Amino acid sequence: MSATRRGVLPGFGLSTGLTVFWLGLVVLLPLSTLGLQTARLGPAQLWQVIASPRAVASYRLSLGASLGAAAINAVFGFLVAWVLVRYRFPGKALVDALVDLPFALPTAVSGIALTAVYSPHGWVGRFLEPLGIRVAFTPLGVLVALTFTGLPFVIRSVEPVLADLEPDVEEAAALLGATRRQVFRRVLFPAVLPATLTGFSLAFARALGEYGSVVFISGNMPFRTEVAPLLVMTRLEQFDYAGATALASVMLGASLLLLFAVNRLQRWTRARAGAP
Amino acid sequence: MDPRPGGGAVKVTGAVREQLPVAGPASVRPPPGDGAGGGARAPGAAGEAVGAPAERSSRPRRPATEDPAWIRRGLTALALGFLALFVGLPVAAVLSEAFSKGAALYLAALREPEALAAIRLTLLTAGIAVPLNAAFGLAAAWSVTRFRYRGKDLLLSLIDLPFGVSPVIAGMVIVLLFGARGLLGPWLVAHGCRIVFAIPGVVLATVFVTFPFVARELIPFLEAQGTEEEEAALTLGASGWQIFTRVTLPNVRWSLLYGLVLCNARAMGEFGAVSVVSGHVRGLTDTIPLHVEILYDEYDFAAAFAVASLLLLLAVLTLAAKQLLEWRAGGRGAPHGSRS
Amino acid sequence: MSIEIRGVRKSFGAFQALRGVDLTVPSGELTALLGPSGCGKTTLLRIVAGLEEPDQGEVRHHGEPVADATPRDRNVGLVFQHYALFRHLTVFENVAFALRVRRRPRAEVDARVRELLGLVQLSGLEDRRPAQLSGGQRQRVALARALATRPRVLLLDEPFGALDARVRQDLRRWLRRLHDEIHLTTLFVTHDQEEAFEVADRVVLMNRGLVEQVGTPRQVFEEPASPFVMRFLGSVNAFPARVVGGRARVGGLEFDAPHREGGWSEEPAHLFVRPHELELFRTPAPESFAATVERVTPLGGTVRVELSAPSVEGGLEAELEPRRAEALALAPGDRVYAAPRRLRLFPAGPGDSLTSSGL
Repeated sequence: MSATRRGVLPGFGLSTGLTVFWLGLVVLLPLSTLGLQTARLGPAQLWQVIASPRAVASYRLSLGASLGAAAINAVFGFLVAWVLVRYRFPGKALVDALVDLPFALPTAVSGIALTAVYSPHGWVGRFLEPLGIRVAFTPLGVLVALTFTGLPFVIRSVEPVLADLEPDVEEAAALLGATRRQVFRRVLFPAVLPATLTGFSLAFARALGEYGSVVFISGNMPFRTEVAPLLVMTRLEQFDYAGATALASVMLGASLLLLFAVNRLQRWTRARAGAP
Repeated sequence: MDPRPGGGAVKVTGAVREQLPVAGPASVRPPPGDGAGGGARAPGAAGEAVGAPAERSSRPRRPATEDPAWIRRGLTALALGFLALFVGLPVAAVLSEAFSKGAALYLAALREPEALAAIRLTLLTAGIAVPLNAAFGLAAAWSVTRFRYRGKDLLLSLIDLPFGVSPVIAGMVIVLLFGARGLLGPWLVAHGCRIVFAIPGVVLATVFVTFPFVARELIPFLEAQGTEEEEAALTLGASGWQIFTRVTLPNVRWSLLYGLVLCNARAMGEFGAVSVVSGHVRGLTDTIPLHVEILYDEYDFAAAFAVASLLLLLAVLTLAAKQLLEWRAGGRGAPHGSRS
Repeated sequence: MSIEIRGVRKSFGAFQALRGVDLTVPSGELTALLGPSGCGKTTLLRIVAGLEEPDQGEVRHHGEPVADATPRDRNVGLVFQHYALFRHLTVFENVAFALRVRRRPRAEVDARVRELLGLVQLSGLEDRRPAQLSGGQRQRVALARALATRPRVLLLDEPFGALDARVRQDLRRWLRRLHDEIHLTTLFVTHDQEEAFEVADRVVLMNRGLVEQVGTPRQVFEEPASPFVMRFLGSVNAFPARVVGGRARVGGLEFDAPHREGGWSEEPAHLFVRPHELELFRTPAPESFAATVERVTPLGGTVRVELSAPSVEGGLEAELEPRRAEALALAPGDRVYAAPRRLRLFPAGPGDSLTSSGL
C-alpha cells in the first residue's frame, strides 16, 4: 500500500538504498568524524583554538576578502551578463565560453597564473608597483584570487533570467512613459535582483572555503594574508589535529548556514520567475 | 546594425518549433516551465558557439529596449576589460611562462618520470571516481525524481553538501577517519591497509569533492522530463531494468555526459582535498595539480607552468565539450507534445 | 472485457481526487469519462491502467480483481494525453516497444508493427522520429503503440486535447470507425461535451470526484440527473424557485413541477430552461415572463436573443430558429414574452449557487 503512494515505477528500494548508502559512506561518515572529534575537545580547549588571535585574524581576512570578492562579482557579473545578453560584438561566443573558465581550471593553475600576472614583475603587477599598489603577497592578492574563483557564479545566475525577460515588458514600461533609466531601475533591476543575490551568495560560499588559488598569491603570512582554510592546512601539516578540527568545525558551520541561505534565495528566485 | 524596425527574423512560435527537428535557435534555451529541459542547466549562450544565431541576437530590433550606442560600447568595453584582467591574462600567462624557456624544455618537463607518474595517478583517480559517482548520480536522480517520499528535501540537501564544504575540510575528514591517529586508523594499520598518504586516500578525497556533479545535472533534467515516458513503458509491459535501459538512459544521455565531463574536470584538477591526504610522495601519491605545486615551490617555474598547461588544456577541452553538449541537448528540439 | 470499479477513493495529500466511484464499463463499448478539469476523471483512468493505486475500493477486469496485477499482466493499452512517445526511438520502434520487451520473434514484431501502422494510416513513416511528426500523426503512433499487444482494454486520456480543431474532427470520426471495426472495450477521458457525444456509446459525467450520471449521450442531455449535468451540457437559464403543492413558483409565475420519484414536498428548488426551449412571443402568452430584448446575435444555424426581465436576475437567453427570428423581427428594446416549452426542476442543494451557472 505504502509503496504505491511513492509512485508506480519500479526501483524505489534499489535506487534510494544505493543513494543513502553511498551518501552515508562517502560524505556523512567522514563528515561526522569532524563532529565527533570536535566534541572530544571540550569547550575550553575549543574556545582557546577558535578564539586565538591568529584564528580570528584569519576569519577576518576570509570573511572580508570573500565578501569583497562576491561584491565585485555581483557588480561586474551583472554587467558582463547584461553585455552578453543584450549586445552583439565580435568574438562574443568565445567570451561567453571564457566565463566558465574559473570553474573548469584547476585551482592550483589559477593560483600560479594569477601570481605570475600580479606579482611585482608580472604583466599587471609591474604597472601597479610604481603606483605603490602591491597585489601579490598582500590581502589584495587574496581578494583578486577569490574574485577569479567566484567570477562565473553571478554571470551564470543572472544570464538566463535576463535572457528570459520579455521585451514586451520593457516596451510596455516605455509606452507608459518611463525613461530608459526608470525602466532599468523599476522593471529590469527588480526582476534580476534575486538571481544576482543568489550568484553573490554562491560566490561568497565558494570563496570562504577556497584554498588552491589563494595559497600561491597570498604568501601565507600569519595575521596578514592567512585565510581560514590555509590555517587549517598549516595545523594539519603540524599534525595539530585538535586545532585543525576546531577551526574546521567553525568553517563548516559557516558554510552550512550559507548553503541554507542560498537554498532559500533560490526558492525565492524560482517563485519570482513563476517557474514550478 | 539593421535599422529596420521589426525587420528580420520572425519569432519562432511553439507550434512551428515543434515541427522542426533541427537545432532551432528557439530551442536552445527552453523557456522556464516549458518542460523541455533540454539544457536544464544550460546557462551558456550555446547557440552562438556553433554558429546558430541565438534567439536574442536574431530577434527583431525593438527600439524601446535598446540603449544608446555610447552606453553599449562603454559597458561592453568595461565588461571585456574585467574579463581580460581576471581571466584572459592569467590564461595567457600560463602559456607564456610554460614556453618561456623554449619548446624543448617544455616537452622535457612533461616527459620527466615524476610528471608521467602524476599523469598516471590523475587518470587512475578520475577513472575510479567518475564511474562511481556516475552510478550514484543515476541512482540518486532516479530515486529523487521518480518517487514521492518523506525526507526527499533533506536527501537533496545532503547530496549537495560536498559543494559547500571547503576542499581542505574534505581532505581533513578523511585523515581524521582513516589516518594513523584517526578513528579507523589503528585498525587499518594493524591490517596492513594504508589509506592516508597513499593512493586510496587520494581517490577517496576525489570521490568526496566530485560527489554531487552527475546527480546535480541529472536531477533537474529528469524532473523536467516528467515520468510519462516511463509510465508508458510500464503499461506496455517493460520491466524496471528495461524501462531504465531502453527509455531513461537514452533520454538522459547528453545530460549524463555533461555531468561526467564536469565531474571529470574536477576529479582531475582537485587540489586542496588531495593535497591534505596525499602526503606529497613524489612519483607515488602526486597528482598533476600537486606536481605543479611541488615544481612551483622549488622555483622551477617553467616546468611548473608546462605541467599546468596540461591542466589548462583539460579545462579548455572541458569547456568545448560543455558547449557542444549544451548545443546537442538544446538541438534535440522541444519535446514532442510539449505543453506550450 | 468489462471493467468494474467499486467504491474507489483516492486522495493526493489533502485533495480528494475520487470520493467513492462505482462504475461498470461494459464489454466492447466506447465509454467517455466527461467532466471539468479536476473532477478526477484522469485519476480514475490511471487507476484502471494501474499507474495509481486506489486508497480504497477495487477495480475488476472481467470480474477478476487486478490490485495485485502488474501493468504488464493487466494488458491495457493507454494513450497518454501528450502521447509520451519515446522521443529517441523511431515510429517503428515506438510501436514495436511492447513486443520487444516481451522478446517476441523478429518476424512477428515486423508483421505486427506493419499491420498496426497500416491500421493507423502511417505506413511509410516507420523511420521518422516523434519530433518529425505532426500532432495528429503522433496521436496515431501512440494509439498503434498501445494496440501492439492486442490489449483487452484501451484507455485514452484526453486523446484529442492537444490537437487543433480540424485535426481533432477528423481523428474523432476515425477513432469511432476504428472502434466499430475492432470493438475493443474503450474508456476515454475528455472535458469536451461535443467530443464525448460524437464518439462515445455511453457518457459518464463526473464532478468533484463523484460520478453524477451514466447514460447514452441522448439520455444525459435530455434527462440530466443533477443541476451539474444540466449546466455542464450546454448553456442554460437558471431561476430560483419554490415548490408549493406540486407547482413550482418562479417570480410571479407558476409551472407544473415535472415528475419526480417520491414526489415534491414544499421546498426551495432551482428551475432550468435551455435557451432553445424558451419560446418568444410578441403578445402575452400563458405562463410567460415579460422581457425586453437587449441584443440579437445571429449564430448561423440559430439566433441568440439576450433578454432582460425584471423578475429574473442576470437576464435570460433564448435561441431561435432563423425563420422564427425573422418572423418576430426583433430589435433591441422590443418587449417580448418568454415561455418555457420544457423545464427541469431540481431541489436546491447546499452550496449549489445559481450565480455560478454557465449563462
